[in-house]
Amino acid sequence: MSLLKAEDIAVHFGGVKAVDGVSFEVDEGEVFAIIGPNGAGKSTIFNLISRIYTMTRGKITFDGTDITRLPSHKVAPLGIARTFQNIELFDHSTVLQNLLMGRHTHRSTNFVEDILFLPKVRREEREHRKRVEEVIEFLELEAYRGKMIAGLPYGVRKVVEIGRALAMGPKLILLDEPASGLSVEESQEVAFWIEDMRRDMGLTVLMVEHDMKLVSAVADRVLAVNNGRPLALGTPAEVQSDPHVQAAYLGTPEEDAA
Amino acid sequence: MRIAFKTSYDTDIDFHEHWNNRFWIIALVVVMALLPFIVSEYYLAEVANTLIFSLAGMGLMLLVGHTGQVSLGHAAFLAIGAYTDAALMNAGWPFLIAFPVAGLAAGLFGALIAIPAVRLSGIYLAIATLAVFVIVEEIIILAEPITGGVGGLFAPTIEIFGLSFDRYANLSNFYWLCLVIVVLVTLGYSNLMRSSTGRSFLAVRDSEVSARALGIDVTRTRALAFGLSCAVTGLAGALMGHFIGFFNYELFSIFISINLLLVVTIGGLGFIQGAFLGAILITAMPQIIAILRDGLNATAGIDLGSIPGLDTIIFSLILITFIIYEPAGLYGRWLKMRVWWEIFPLARRDMFRRQKSYLKTERQK
Amino acid sequence: MELLQLLFGGIANGCIYGLVALGFVLIYKASEGVNFAQGDMMMLGAFIALGLGNSDQLGLPFGLAVILAMVLMGGVGWGIERVVVRQIFGQPQFALVILTIALGFVLRFVAGSIWGYTPLVLETPFTGKNLQLGGIVLGVADLVTILVTAVLTIGLWAFFAFTRVGLAAQAASQNQMAAYIVGVPVMRVNGLIWGLSGAVATVAGVMYASKGAIDPNIGLLGIKAFAAAVIGGMGSLPGALLGGLLIGVVEPIAGRYAPGEFAAMAPYIIMLVVLVTKPSGLFSQMQAKKV
Repeated sequence: MSLLKAEDIAVHFGGVKAVDGVSFEVDEGEVFAIIGPNGAGKSTIFNLISRIYTMTRGKITFDGTDITRLPSHKVAPLGIARTFQNIELFDHSTVLQNLLMGRHTHRSTNFVEDILFLPKVRREEREHRKRVEEVIEFLELEAYRGKMIAGLPYGVRKVVEIGRALAMGPKLILLDEPASGLSVEESQEVAFWIEDMRRDMGLTVLMVEHDMKLVSAVADRVLAVNNGRPLALGTPAEVQSDPHVQAAYLGTPEEDAA
Repeated sequence: MRIAFKTSYDTDIDFHEHWNNRFWIIALVVVMALLPFIVSEYYLAEVANTLIFSLAGMGLMLLVGHTGQVSLGHAAFLAIGAYTDAALMNAGWPFLIAFPVAGLAAGLFGALIAIPAVRLSGIYLAIATLAVFVIVEEIIILAEPITGGVGGLFAPTIEIFGLSFDRYANLSNFYWLCLVIVVLVTLGYSNLMRSSTGRSFLAVRDSEVSARALGIDVTRTRALAFGLSCAVTGLAGALMGHFIGFFNYELFSIFISINLLLVVTIGGLGFIQGAFLGAILITAMPQIIAILRDGLNATAGIDLGSIPGLDTIIFSLILITFIIYEPAGLYGRWLKMRVWWEIFPLARRDMFRRQKSYLKTERQK
Repeated sequence: MELLQLLFGGIANGCIYGLVALGFVLIYKASEGVNFAQGDMMMLGAFIALGLGNSDQLGLPFGLAVILAMVLMGGVGWGIERVVVRQIFGQPQFALVILTIALGFVLRFVAGSIWGYTPLVLETPFTGKNLQLGGIVLGVADLVTILVTAVLTIGLWAFFAFTRVGLAAQAASQNQMAAYIVGVPVMRVNGLIWGLSGAVATVAGVMYASKGAIDPNIGLLGIKAFAAAVIGGMGSLPGALLGGLLIGVVEPIAGRYAPGEFAAMAPYIIMLVVLVTKPSGLFSQMQAKKV
């Protein structure tokens, strides 16, 4: 059954067609990857799903709900978590606090109860901490729990951001280039985690990635895009051998350099 | 170096990891409570003033330090608190009702303004608050029947259950009242910061886009922070009115707004403790300057009393020094010193070096 | 006829607001921060011109005094950037706000210590002279203000549009990192812009002083000029000028036809309306941040 469904989505910035008529469906429990050269519109598709941009045409439904016109902060409560290409963590907070912020959609207390710190608030805090500790254990972040983000190395921040998304307990997780800037070992670790997210947590994963090795290792299906248009859709092997995809990546005489 | 051995989630949830931290806080509150028996009336009044400034500083800290929004017009909310409280009490309301209502009025007014204004980011919000300040000031002059116009207004004596809390006749009582209010607000503020509302403030401060992606309604969160900040500031304003006794719109000048910014910046942005340190500095500084001036006059015969604006210039220079050399403020400096001692002699020279980064603007074209 | 008279005075006043607003915009374009000491730089500029030119002080010829004052204030602006502002490079925007507010106090103190706090009058060749045109009285000082403002605006616009340094400053204001990478000496450009805005502030100060007495607190006019800059949009030079003119014209008219304190509030009410309806000003340049 499809969890996320994008139908003919498009967004134009002035005259630039960043995404122009892309359709795809992500099935529940699937690892779905979007690949393409720089500026192909991959991250823009993510930003359309999390409603940072408003689409010019098309429709996105998630779990039966139309999210095309939803305010951006109402996307997360449906069960969609995401990471960012350039890491958008809360730099002046600790790792633990960052992960706790990921639990925002699960809060049930209001600010008056928080100010009074009623027993209910404490109960909820304990529950948040328990969930967050599970994520910390899963991603092996124990050593960094109380550290400020600002002082952490790039690789760790990348993992913390994944952790923050997981802390939300989402149905669908959007990973924007999870392996970019990571060492070979680190990106292998990411591959294992993605595998575990699907198998143990029952998550659906939608990722944008450059690293074809990672994509072939974890993705069930791949969508290749170029210049905002879809090129090919299929298993990693199928997409990799697709002549259009090869042309887009390597540039051949039949395809003008874009 | 102390190690906190955590055995339950409550260790993290509670204010302090160590019992001895808690001990020092309790000891401090006890000493503060006993102060009227220890110091003279003159210094007690000074301490009360410091408490009131701490309260106002906490109000602004919530906004500037914890939500990352700057207000250049917080004097307006002090004024709203002071005038509401005094006007209600003059109309016969008891202090116990008039005081919270004054805070509420300032908070609601702040939230009302915030709803359109918080859509503005950074510098634009600061400008809007400045405009609000000027407009409120003019309205106060216009609304003479309530505010006494240019002439001013008399803040009535506080009386709770027949007990007088007059600032002059019963200074100790007034001081204790201030202390209780400050302790309660500090407690509420700390509670807020260890729960999800406080975390959503920090989230909005550090990255708006990922706050949204986590399901945080940024506009609502900012309006809430603005409202709460104004409410606390309004409470401080009400107390300030009682402390001064007789006041007009000039008490709440743009300089008070700037002084409050000074309190939070020098104290240490993002730390509740910073509001207190900043308030202590700003209320003690005129005293220190006066003592130094007298000392210089007596020993070296240099008369600095003839130079007008000396206080302001010293404040300004301190502020400039802090912004350049210690943007984390007094509390940030204290934390660094503590870490340095705890790991002595392992501190490295560059450990606390700030990372300089090139300004990445939010503009694209 | 009365309206025309008000309009003329308003435009001349508006030009001064506009000139100070130009200073705000210059620095905003270069440092992406607001210099809240701009009004005080105007004040100091006026006092330096007074100190150089007035017969009881140094007694230099008026033109020479103004040019020297511009050069000196250019140096002050450059120095402020060099010694203070550069140190907080990379800190959040509001650090600059607080820093410049404090600097404003320092400038006020300096002027007060040298020239005192009693109002002084700057001697200019055109103080108090009037022209009659139809039924309207045109102050020569007002005419000069309007003329100088027009020339200065065109000059600045040409500077940013055509010169290498101007283009470099534009680049730096959009993305300092990128500008740095492509070889724009960001720091040097910023220093230059601060110097330039010091000089522009001096012109505004002299124009202001030609119409009345000055004291160290006239820098508070900066707040109103700031409203002008916001109304026009912080990134736009012509916008700043138009914002200034708008405020300059609205003020006397509101004072004449509206009740009580409204004249004092008018600039800020306009500013709030603009901020809420079109936050980036009437000549916008802002766009959402990219992720």
